Amino acid sequence: MSKLVVTSSPHIHDGRTSRSIMLDVVIALIPVIIASAILFGPRALLVVAVTTAACVLSEYTACRILKKPVSTNDLTAVITGILLALNLPVSIPLWMAVIGGIIAIVIIKQMFGGVGQNFVNPAIAGRIVLLISFASYMSNWSKPFSYLNSSADAISSVSAVTAATPLATMEAGGELPSLINMFLGVRPGCLGETCALAIIIGGIYLVIRKVITPVIPLCFIGTTVILTWLMGGDPLYHLLGGGLLLGAVFMATDYTTSPVTTKGKVIYAIGCGVITSVIRMYASLPEGVSYSILLMNILVPHIETLTAPKTFGYKGAE
Amino acid sequence: MNNVIQPARKIKGGAKAPHFKRTAEMESVVMPAPEMVVIPMQQHIGAPCKPTVKAGDNVLVGQVIGDTDAFVSAPIHSSISGKVKSIGSILLSNGKKCDAIYIENDGKGEFFREIRPVEIKSKADLLAAARASGIVGIGGAGFPTHVKLAIKDDMNVDTLIINGAECEPYITSDYRESIESPERIIAGMEMVMKQLNISRGIVGIESNKPQGIAAIKKCLEQNTSVDIDIIELPAMYPHGAEKMLIYAATGRQVPMGGLPSDIGCIVMNITSVSVLYHYISTGKPLFRKRLTVDGGAIKEPKNVFAPIGTRISDIVEFCGGFKGEPTKLLLGGPMMGISQYDLEMPITKQNNAIIALTEKETFVTLEQPCIRCGRCLCVCPMSLMPVTIERSAKIGDTAALKKLSVSNCMECGCCAFACPSMRPLTQYMKDAKNILMRKGTSK
Repeated sequence: MSKLVVTSSPHIHDGRTSRSIMLDVVIALIPVIIASAILFGPRALLVVAVTTAACVLSEYTACRILKKPVSTNDLTAVITGILLALNLPVSIPLWMAVIGGIIAIVIIKQMFGGVGQNFVNPAIAGRIVLLISFASYMSNWSKPFSYLNSSADAISSVSAVTAATPLATMEAGGELPSLINMFLGVRPGCLGETCALAIIIGGIYLVIRKVITPVIPLCFIGTTVILTWLMGGDPLYHLLGGGLLLGAVFMATDYTTSPVTTKGKVIYAIGCGVITSVIRMYASLPEGVSYSILLMNILVPHIETLTAPKTFGYKGAE
Repeated sequence: MNNVIQPARKIKGGAKAPHFKRTAEMESVVMPAPEMVVIPMQQHIGAPCKPTVKAGDNVLVGQVIGDTDAFVSAPIHSSISGKVKSIGSILLSNGKKCDAIYIENDGKGEFFREIRPVEIKSKADLLAAARASGIVGIGGAGFPTHVKLAIKDDMNVDTLIINGAECEPYITSDYRESIESPERIIAGMEMVMKQLNISRGIVGIESNKPQGIAAIKKCLEQNTSVDIDIIELPAMYPHGAEKMLIYAATGRQVPMGGLPSDIGCIVMNITSVSVLYHYISTGKPLFRKRLTVDGGAIKEPKNVFAPIGTRISDIVEFCGGFKGEPTKLLLGGPMMGISQYDLEMPITKQNNAIIALTEKETFVTLEQPCIRCGRCLCVCPMSLMPVTIERSAKIGDTAALKKLSVSNCMECGCCAFACPSMRPLTQYMKDAKNILMRKGTSK
């Protein structure tokens, strides 16, 4: 008789690991990445690769410097990298994309304690820092398929054909793309935000694989659509025009920065929707999804405390 | 009346634990009494028993060898006939020490001469019989059955629930009881209901035990004098947890810190009620237990009747020994069972299974950082927040722990079973309870 392992119960596990969950998120993002490559050209893939590499390397370096176990294996840095890229215009200078990745991982994630400890979504914080620092580069929108016409090497050159996003067009007035084009993503915008079809496919995959529940996406999207409509906007263009779908499906549902309680998820998502609508309709910015998620991220601990479930039998017999 | 009905309520959460009930079709076999048994004097919650025999005494099967005057306790009987070799201290698997009586088998298997059927005419008779039978609950704590049945007349207990859910993976000992002696279960229920003036009886069995349901149903069809229903519970862990069973069966919630009797229910294990009737009809107390011996490291999985105090090694040997090296040895099921470090540990009244897992079956906790996915909340049947409780426990925030109602945790293991970061959450829940208890007593 050799050694018997002695541990606390339970002695079995359902087999689902954090890594497999994160791998599911990466899989769910693949349709969005493919759509971005079709719409904005091979440079989209380059941007994704660069931010992902920047995030993973930052994670590795930060863990080594902070003398913590290296956590690159859990794939969370990969997801942050992909999401950051999907929130950038295709024309972004690559060094800026790298800075975004470093900020997201080193400052937002690792300095606050690493995976599960960051108080805001790293990809969103990275995007917002870039947006504030390099406003013009961050709103330099290429027209879809314009890479096909540019003569120079499609990967290295930045397309000259630019246009305003549908949300900006709505604010300024002008001709909008057809709804079917909006749904398929044939409109200017960030890499991953334009193709609603791909995002919905990814979202359905996440729900089927039980990575997320539909609560946050549905409440977030529903609130924004209804409120923008009540405020006099066109709800369908608000649904498809900005980063709402990408934000609601992939960013607002980030485990670490969203409430764990179901009631909390509802409050959080409605809050995101309200802030997004108000920014879009009344603020000087055309888009508010990132800011709304960032602001609601900060409120998560309080939302959780207020929505703690009542334990079984807390007031006696029903 | 006397029907198979669906649960009144759906429980929240729960874990989709595998069933592994491969011993379900295996008829129980009685193992020959071993050379020696080790009978600990603490096999229940409450006061430990004091040995009533001394080294050198001859004892017979069913003879009382340990007892106490304390109310919350249950007498302990000899499980074999033979000579008391010695009385010494033993370290139990829960980390507590107590006296244990070592008895050498004389091979005669002779029963104690005073064993005879008991006549039950009143509630007092029933309670006395329940105590004398030595029966305790098997829900981990080992709550003496006679204490459970000693309800005050003003408590309005109207429902007797028999727990045959057996939601733990592997274990089929209760299932075998319902197949092999359904008439004893029904007769025992009838007696308890009559003496305690309880109007309604419910047998809760999970839907993955169709033969048990059928056997009891058949029994009920022949006996229509009592109001007993069978509730077919969904085959999902932890329907066998007392509070969950009551909720599923009646829709009533046991208040936090309260007892089932507070909401008019008494819950008895299906084997306990059967053994109680067996005692009343024959006078034979609880001296042996049916154990499911299973797991990848067991050569011949079986349901075995083993004398209480039989050492694990003897039982495993009866089941053909080990197949390869066992990595983990459990008394009880894999969700709530206690892992053992010593094969010489004796089995007690509360045990219903020995599970030996191979290295492949042993899940190794490589604790990773919490990603706050919230799965522990989703699966918690008590609607607790394990993720938040863990954080509060680590910083010793007793006020927060109190607010988070951690004392309501029943340690079912669902949170740790579902945690994708392999965190031993159930252990953290236990720690948190201990922190609260220590603080509570130091004030």
